[in-house]
Amino acid sequence: MPNLGIEVLFKGTNMARLLGGLWVSLRISLIAVGFSVLLGIPLGIIMTAKSKVIKAFTRLYLEVVRVMPQMVLLFIVFFGTTRIFGWNLNAELASVIVFTFWGTAEMADLVRGAFISIPKHQYESAKALGMNSLHVFLFVILPQTIRRLLPLSINLVTRMIKTTSLVMMIGVVEVLKVGQQIIEANRTSSPNAAFGVYGTVFLLYFIGCWPISMLSKYLEKKWSNT
Amino acid sequence: MSIIEIKNVTKTFDEKKSNIHALSDISLSVEEGEIFGVIGLSGAGKSTLVRCMNLLEKPTAGEVWVDGKNLITLSSKDLRLMRREIGMIFQHFNLLMQRNVLDNVCFPMEIAGVKKREARERAMNYLRIVGLEEKAKAYPVQLSGGQKQRVAIARTLASNPRIILCDEATSALDPQTTGTILSLLKKINQEYGITIVVITHEMRVVEEICDRVAVLDKGTLAEIGKVREVFDHPKSNAAKSLLLERKIEQLGVNTADGI
Repeated sequence: MPNLGIEVLFKGTNMARLLGGLWVSLRISLIAVGFSVLLGIPLGIIMTAKSKVIKAFTRLYLEVVRVMPQMVLLFIVFFGTTRIFGWNLNAELASVIVFTFWGTAEMADLVRGAFISIPKHQYESAKALGMNSLHVFLFVILPQTIRRLLPLSINLVTRMIKTTSLVMMIGVVEVLKVGQQIIEANRTSSPNAAFGVYGTVFLLYFIGCWPISMLSKYLEKKWSNT
Repeated sequence: MSIIEIKNVTKTFDEKKSNIHALSDISLSVEEGEIFGVIGLSGAGKSTLVRCMNLLEKPTAGEVWVDGKNLITLSSKDLRLMRREIGMIFQHFNLLMQRNVLDNVCFPMEIAGVKKREARERAMNYLRIVGLEEKAKAYPVQLSGGQKQRVAIARTLASNPRIILCDEATSALDPQTTGTILSLLKKINQEYGITIVVITHEMRVVEEICDRVAVLDKGTLAEIGKVREVFDHPKSNAAKSLLLERKIEQLGVNTADGI
């Protein structure tokens, strides 16, 4: 059996370093997810407004985020702002900004979609029962919206976690970068380390994202018939 | 005494290109305790008319009087209280899917501030009226269309309404189930004296339960009168074509039975 190069992980503090890197990835994505949810929900509600100006602006924002590769956004925020505005953002902050910018747009679109998917007659029947607008929103519309929203937004979280691997391009030392460093450092003693280390990184991502993905699937299935 | 009076109601929807006249200058009244039908082809303005009766749609012009009050001048709070006297059931039932049958019926009472225990007792009573007490713990997905509509009727009864508006309440149901829902409505009308307004495109519904009927045609009132009179001696073209449709339909059913 060929040497899989796993032994480097047990040298010194390598495994701990790798887990430390994973923590950096998760920290960036979780902070960004938190902000995205906080900003995306109100933005999504705003997006359901009828005003054409609001529609145009939010539409433009959404399209920019969709069209622009995340890496380009990272470069603009990290390198671009230094030249133009003279800001010295640290790489992790730049990453959080970019991922929040992206996540907010996606989250808002999901929220908007969930709200407009509630049929008009749901509002009508609630009003016909003599409920005021607040009650209609809280007890009839919101619970149904959350059911539609939750599986989709959990899905977004996994996408954000795995896309954080890009932040190594602006010098954030996250799990993938740590892996690279370990491979480089052991180039001569364990030439096969690339397989073992990247394989482990894959496993770490898998362990992080798979349960979340399963949860999303489970909720989707559980609520699909309602 | 008239319980609902529609006076010169016009409703226009502003669309991008043109204004759509959903209702133009409609006046009619519904008597207390009767079952009143509104029939017309799709697009005739039936749904808009019934939505004007509880002000889910606000008329562009005209007045809507219910139980001696002009709905249009009521404050939003009084309007909400008034709406509890005007129950409404829909084609798509509109139950809350995440709540079981009993909780669906309790829902309007919860909102109105009725104590939980009392609400449950009353809800069970309404479920008994509609014949679904054994399904109290079931969820809407486990029910048939007819059963869902019964739950919706029980939920409407929970606000102690004096009027029930039915917006195509049987249109999503098969003929047999339609029959059972119609007899339930008739029973509610007779035993509890609740006035019922039925909006439908099916002549059969009007024939089976209505006392009087209004025929709508492209947003105008084509004809109004006792069901037998309108159906035996239709004067308007709209009523005539509905009658013809009914005949063809009956013919179809008879032929199918013959085979």
